[in-house]
Amino acid sequence: MGLFVAQLLTGLANAATLFLVASGLSLIFGVTRIVNFAHGSFYMLGAFIGYSLMQVLPGMFGFWVSVLLAGLAVGVIGVIVEILVLRPVYKAPELFQLVATFGVILVIQDLALLTWGADDVLGPRAPGLKGIVRVLGEPVPKYDLALIAITPFILFGLWYLIAKTRLGILVRAATQDREMVGALGVNQAWLFTGVFFLGATLAGLGGAIQLPKGGADLLMDFNILAAIFVVVVIGGMGSLPGAYVAAALISILNVFGVTYLPQSTLVLMFVVMAVVLMIKPYGLFGREEVAGEHGQVGEPERPIKPAGIAVRLLVAFGIFLLALLPWFGSDFAQVLTADVIIFCLFAASLHFILGLGGLVSFGHAAFFGGGAYVAALLVSYLQTPMEVAFLLAPIGAGFAAFIIGWLCMRLTGVYFAMLTLAFAQLIWSLVYQWGEFTGGDDGLVDIWPAAWLNGTTPYYYFTLFFGIGGILILRHVAHSPFGYALRASRDSARQAEATGINTKRIQWAAFTFAGALAGLSGALFVFSKGSVFPTELEIGRSFDALIVIFLGGVKTLSGAVVGGASLEYAKDFLTRFEYWRLTLGLIIIFVVIVAPEGISGTMRKMAERVGIIRGREGDS
Amino acid sequence: MNPILEVRDLSKSFGGLKAVNAVNFKVAEGELLALIGPNGAGKSTCFNMLMGQLKPSSGEVYFLGENLVGKFPRDIWRKGIGRTFQITATYASMTVIENVQMALMSFHKRIYSMLPYAHKMYKSEALEFLQMVGLADQAERHCAILAYGDLKRLELAIALCHNPTLLLMDEPTAGMAPTERESVMQLTADIVTEKNISVLFTEHDMDVVFGHAHRILVLNRGELIANGSVDEIRNNPMVQEVYLGGGNLFESEEAAS
Ligand SMILES: Nc1ncnc2c1ncn2[C@@H]1O[C@H](COP(=O)(O)OP(=O)(O)OP(=O)(O)O)[C@@H](O)[C@H]1O
Ligand SMILES: [Mg+2]
Repeated sequence: MGLFVAQLLTGLANAATLFLVASGLSLIFGVTRIVNFAHGSFYMLGAFIGYSLMQVLPGMFGFWVSVLLAGLAVGVIGVIVEILVLRPVYKAPELFQLVATFGVILVIQDLALLTWGADDVLGPRAPGLKGIVRVLGEPVPKYDLALIAITPFILFGLWYLIAKTRLGILVRAATQDREMVGALGVNQAWLFTGVFFLGATLAGLGGAIQLPKGGADLLMDFNILAAIFVVVVIGGMGSLPGAYVAAALISILNVFGVTYLPQSTLVLMFVVMAVVLMIKPYGLFGREEVAGEHGQVGEPERPIKPAGIAVRLLVAFGIFLLALLPWFGSDFAQVLTADVIIFCLFAASLHFILGLGGLVSFGHAAFFGGGAYVAALLVSYLQTPMEVAFLLAPIGAGFAAFIIGWLCMRLTGVYFAMLTLAFAQLIWSLVYQWGEFTGGDDGLVDIWPAAWLNGTTPYYYFTLFFGIGGILILRHVAHSPFGYALRASRDSARQAEATGINTKRIQWAAFTFAGALAGLSGALFVFSKGSVFPTELEIGRSFDALIVIFLGGVKTLSGAVVGGASLEYAKDFLTRFEYWRLTLGLIIIFVVIVAPEGISGTMRKMAERVGIIRGREGDS
Repeated sequence: MNPILEVRDLSKSFGGLKAVNAVNFKVAEGELLALIGPNGAGKSTCFNMLMGQLKPSSGEVYFLGENLVGKFPRDIWRKGIGRTFQITATYASMTVIENVQMALMSFHKRIYSMLPYAHKMYKSEALEFLQMVGLADQAERHCAILAYGDLKRLELAIALCHNPTLLLMDEPTAGMAPTERESVMQLTADIVTEKNISVLFTEHDMDVVFGHAHRILVLNRGELIANGSVDEIRNNPMVQEVYLGGGNLFESEEAAS
């Protein structure tokens, strides 16, 4: 009993941080509809800045002032980010901003590294709250009790701000109906900035307040990201009480999980999220999103046509050049190019559902890593011949996509994205924690291709064949009736359903198909590297593909391929430098601001303007 | 003559609002039937229930003897009902002819095919439908830049693709100039005779309604207040009350829309 209560209290104390950070994310999303991936970075900055302040401000007073100042400082950083990075891209298509926020993550990572160094810092204990208290005979840190006592006040304060003040009324109005705020004569830009300040401040406070418990390190931005998304989604986007209840639920579950099910702590969180979303698709306290009639924001896409002779010849020439690479390129060039092709296939498979279907998946890595793991497991445990394992990998990944797609299909928009993320994380945590079977962190090694593919050049041709083949298949299917039905379901589900198309089933089939092709790229990957690790299933993998699609241009498959190739080569080049994240982040932000339609979309626009290609009729 | 469609006690409430209240009517074979009424009378709500976009609160819809309530729009479509929307719904990323081809591919159950090129499928049939509604010369244009009246025509072409027995048209002439209205309505009337299909349509332009409808239903605040021939409706005092007593109805609407 005593232990039980003590654990309950630990859980509630942990919930304080989670709630602070998650409520900030929730507010920002509610008002601006921006999925702020950089929120974890704000949290990390809060911890580091708080730490530095505590070095100079002594005593109990100094501690709490440092916490507050850290929050405010991060709030100001949030404002800077909002004004410099996000304002220029508010008009860009939905979710495009998340690429910008991803650039911010990279920049902040390197700035933190530059400022505070690579070592973890130990948080100072809170003066005056250092000891423990015995609760039913069990030790509970005083600081935990303080956190438990403070959180309701913060919740109440926020609630008061939202429910009773003018800013709160605007925030609520904007959350429910964005156009209305403009009609109320409010300067929307400043409302957004204000909300960003508030949200970032909360994240910074969350980071500073957990210093005595967790300290600060350079991984904390990504480590908290999944958890706060889970909290926001379970609680309901934009709901503060929801965020609190969900934060408490997750934290308590986590504490008990560590004790009773130590193998499944990570899985648990995502299982809870999946269950909640399947029962209440918009979270515990969330309200249904009234989906707009048209899936796409901004200018509608143009009709697609199969490539003309000139383009076909160009592509054939490109493939011919790639085929010649072993004759004039080094081994390294072949390996790098194979990596690029594999990544391009992965990105192209995501583009199929995202570009054509309007289904934004945050968890596409599940099928890339999934395919790789299917092949690796088959080879490791059943001594399956490479050729068979290679064929079964896309089938296995497709099957996973079939199941996950079925579970996610009832949701739309950002909720769909979140649920795919949750399932991807579920698979990741399963692989990560089920060490006896999957090798856990150590991965699976010794997964080499068959003898006839041994050596760099044979496997390079193998990759070229299946990688380019996969991309060409995706491209062909886009022009087939199935691809058209997928676009029809995105353009107008109302018309599609009224003319006999089961839109959800079409999207489900497309999700499965894209998953299978991602699995194919995963299979190519695992045999080229000879090993696979849980990183291939991580959020970061999914984001890589998302970023290149948005950067390259959502509207064309070539955009995904061009973007994929650019990013892989750029990464290979940049990672030779110490502060490559900073550079890559700045490049991403720069591209987002300069070319909000993606590289290929913007290049086409420019080409039209100077008259190289004919513009759309009716455009002037 | 046997009714094609029979609506019994159809009702729909949104919270406390009774948008459609115990409405009964039949549609006969080959009939051009108008459903009129002021804004918010419940016309579109009726259509949405007939086509399965909305689930009725109560009541039944019999089409060729079969109850449609609870069925999906896509299944109702297969049974032979087509519709157009008040706010046009077309595939903005496709060309005009591809919009029609899409419906034909669905009709021929080819939407899961991955091998053929979609833009080559059923092209001549699609062109015929476009010819029928007078859009053949714009077949290759991008749908997103079509004029509103042309979108309405395109929707009609799409709705004709599966040789429907019954066509539901929600304000088929909205956003058109008077002469164009007349020509579209004449076109519809011709199709009715030529293909022997029945049409139920809503319309705010009384010239169009009186000029073409075989019979008229009048809806007001969810209640069916009149059901009769053109002359009967024209001289019905209750209808006059609704329209004239309620202010100059459709002029004001035109201005609003
Ligand atoms: N989804 C909905 N939720 C709540 N109320 C609705 C909904 N759809 C329609 N209504 C209400 O039901 C009533 C009937 O609407 P409906 O669209 O059927 O009218 P209508 O006769 O088609 O009008 P109009 O001539 O303007 O097209 C209106 O008061 C409308 O506000
Ligand atoms: Mg209507």
